[in-house]
Amino acid sequence: MLTYILRRSITMAWTLLAISVLIFAIINLPDGNYLTNQIRELMVTGEEASIAKAKFLLQQYSLDKPLVEQYAIWLGVWPGPNGFSGILQGDFGYSFELDRPVSDIVTESMWFTIGLNLVVVLFVYMTALPLGALAAVRANTWIDYLTSLIGYLGLATPNFLLALVLMYYGNKAVGLPIGGGMAKEFLDEPMSFAKFGSIMLHMIAPVIVIGTAGMAGMTRRLRANLMDELSKPYVTTAEAKGVSPTRTVVKYPLRMALNPFIADIGNLLPQLVSGSVLVSVVMSLPTIGPILLSALRSQDIFLSGFILLFVSALTLVGMLISDLLLAVVDPRIRLAGKSGNQR
Amino acid sequence: MSSTDPDHHFVAQDDYDENADIQMLDRADLDAPTWLLIWRRFLRHKLGVASGIYLLVIYLALPFIDFLTPYHYTTRDIEHIYAPPQPVRFVHENYVGLHTYPTEEFFDLETFQVKSKVDWTTPVPIPILSNCGKSYHLLGLFETNFRLICPPEGYTLYLLGTDRLGRDVHSRIMHGAQLSLTVGLIGVTVSFAIGLFLGGAAGYFGGWIDSMVMRAIEIIRSMPELPIWLALSAAIPANWGPVAVFFVISIILGLLDWPGLARAVRSKFLSLREEDYVKAAELMGARPRRIITAHMMPNFMSHLVASATLSIPAMILGETALSFLGLGLRPPAVSWGLMLNDALDLTVVEIYPWLLMPLVPVIMVVLAFSFLGDGLRDALDPYS
Repeated sequence: MLTYILRRSITMAWTLLAISVLIFAIINLPDGNYLTNQIRELMVTGEEASIAKAKFLLQQYSLDKPLVEQYAIWLGVWPGPNGFSGILQGDFGYSFELDRPVSDIVTESMWFTIGLNLVVVLFVYMTALPLGALAAVRANTWIDYLTSLIGYLGLATPNFLLALVLMYYGNKAVGLPIGGGMAKEFLDEPMSFAKFGSIMLHMIAPVIVIGTAGMAGMTRRLRANLMDELSKPYVTTAEAKGVSPTRTVVKYPLRMALNPFIADIGNLLPQLVSGSVLVSVVMSLPTIGPILLSALRSQDIFLSGFILLFVSALTLVGMLISDLLLAVVDPRIRLAGKSGNQR
Repeated sequence: MSSTDPDHHFVAQDDYDENADIQMLDRADLDAPTWLLIWRRFLRHKLGVASGIYLLVIYLALPFIDFLTPYHYTTRDIEHIYAPPQPVRFVHENYVGLHTYPTEEFFDLETFQVKSKVDWTTPVPIPILSNCGKSYHLLGLFETNFRLICPPEGYTLYLLGTDRLGRDVHSRIMHGAQLSLTVGLIGVTVSFAIGLFLGGAAGYFGGWIDSMVMRAIEIIRSMPELPIWLALSAAIPANWGPVAVFFVISIILGLLDWPGLARAVRSKFLSLREEDYVKAAELMGARPRRIITAHMMPNFMSHLVASATLSIPAMILGETALSFLGLGLRPPAVSWGLMLNDALDLTVVEIYPWLLMPLVPVIMVVLAFSFLGDGLRDALDPYS
């Protein structure tokens, strides 16, 4: 098991490394960055002091060096003007637009993003499991059709529409709060029970919006897997022996069908993170989504680069957890590693 | 006629098969070519067939959009800003025929909103197949202003209301279909090409090429789509024209989509390589290129088409999301996502709900593609 964890972690680490190269390339695709744009603007007005400051910053963050060197300094494997200080050392760079270090800006929203996605994953699993199982057991009845209808609508409706509609009607019908991460009076308060309650209340609508599409796909796949299992002879045997219907389904077929269900988190997580970025913009949630959008617009490369790396890392860590869970649930997987034959 | 029988009865020369009668019915199926079997099975999937017809009709209508819409998509009417949908009726007392009623916009001084009043007493017939409005190039050939329906002379025809600049929402939705629907096709072509090439190379040659491609697939699949799409489209220079932006956006949408296809191609290649006919072709000295194109491709192409159909909806939704966030297509182009950009805040849902109309075609088209893809996928195993 330990070797399995180790092997998966190493794979994850170097996948992340490859992703960081891609991301650095992507954020440097546009010509110039926030600073060079600013310098160009200042040239027109001719403010010597500001130009000097911008140029100093440019040098300080080694944006005048060739791209490969910039990348190495950004990552922290090459000494910059201030020695080794990159992502690996915990220095995420500086946001030139907001004039603050990146870590200052993103810390709080990072936690909110992680929390939000965690709650959404829980929501997806907790709804998809009973719905999918029900749909499979009661195949071709109204409950099956209802779940597939919800599924299709969940897949076809753009997230942001669902966000708008749910915000509007949720507020009108049951008084759900409109947008934001918590009530205004809690904004700068330390964490308390009331604040936690307020955050949870504000999360209801976004969680439903982000989770619906994922839940739909999950339900359909669980239904298909469980249907396959239910038609196998051992289920008939159990029925013939007089095992109660619930036990017949839950004891073995559901456990078998659960395997792909857990593995599916690899598909689910990137989708959820994508969804949370979009929905956060519409519902003005304090996640990194809106920050990313504005950083991309103003070519604030350190900020956008770090956020992109962070969301990728988030999905990778999620996948790692799902792999480990799968190994816990299914001995075949963790034993496969020992004998040396990979899947 | 055989006459070996001493009693001069007719005796057929074939061996007697007691199941012949029963098999007669199946024979037709067994002898039918595969495509016919697939087609028959697909026809049984009613929802899929209906979706296919629906999509075919709207795609065929795309080149004739100017003819089908009452207004040009840039036509602005400052007299009717935020006009609500206009009523259209068939029967008015003793007048029968397609007609509408004159509406008037006024500013409500109590609520400070633009409101409209319908004059229900005088029906105005809607001219059908006549000349009106801005002229356009039909199929790029000749200039005309001949349209299917026109606003009545001196009146307006806003079937789905107008937006904040007084442009007809109905006409704009139909024009937006041109970009919103082709984005998916171009994106799928890109992802199809990459997926086929890389997946095929990985599956056919195996070895280090295979492991390289598989690593690349793993990396791309673990990146969240939307943030990367956003980053890539933010990189498009601001001074590019709408057409260039459109093409680049469709390519961007396709760039992240290929891993699924490549994986499917690879696994198909791996299983087909073991088939006897591929071995036979190899032994006869056929080149890899010929084996792939002549012997292997026909066997999995249909599966690929089905899975490509299923990935178009994601691209249409992707374009909508990008344009909605303001990083996708740029005005003066019209697309459903761009139109929804106006509906970013709650005021719109509350006061001008008709601006959300572009969502109806988005949902319909996405559903249609999903049903069509499901139908095709189910039909592809005619022997099961």
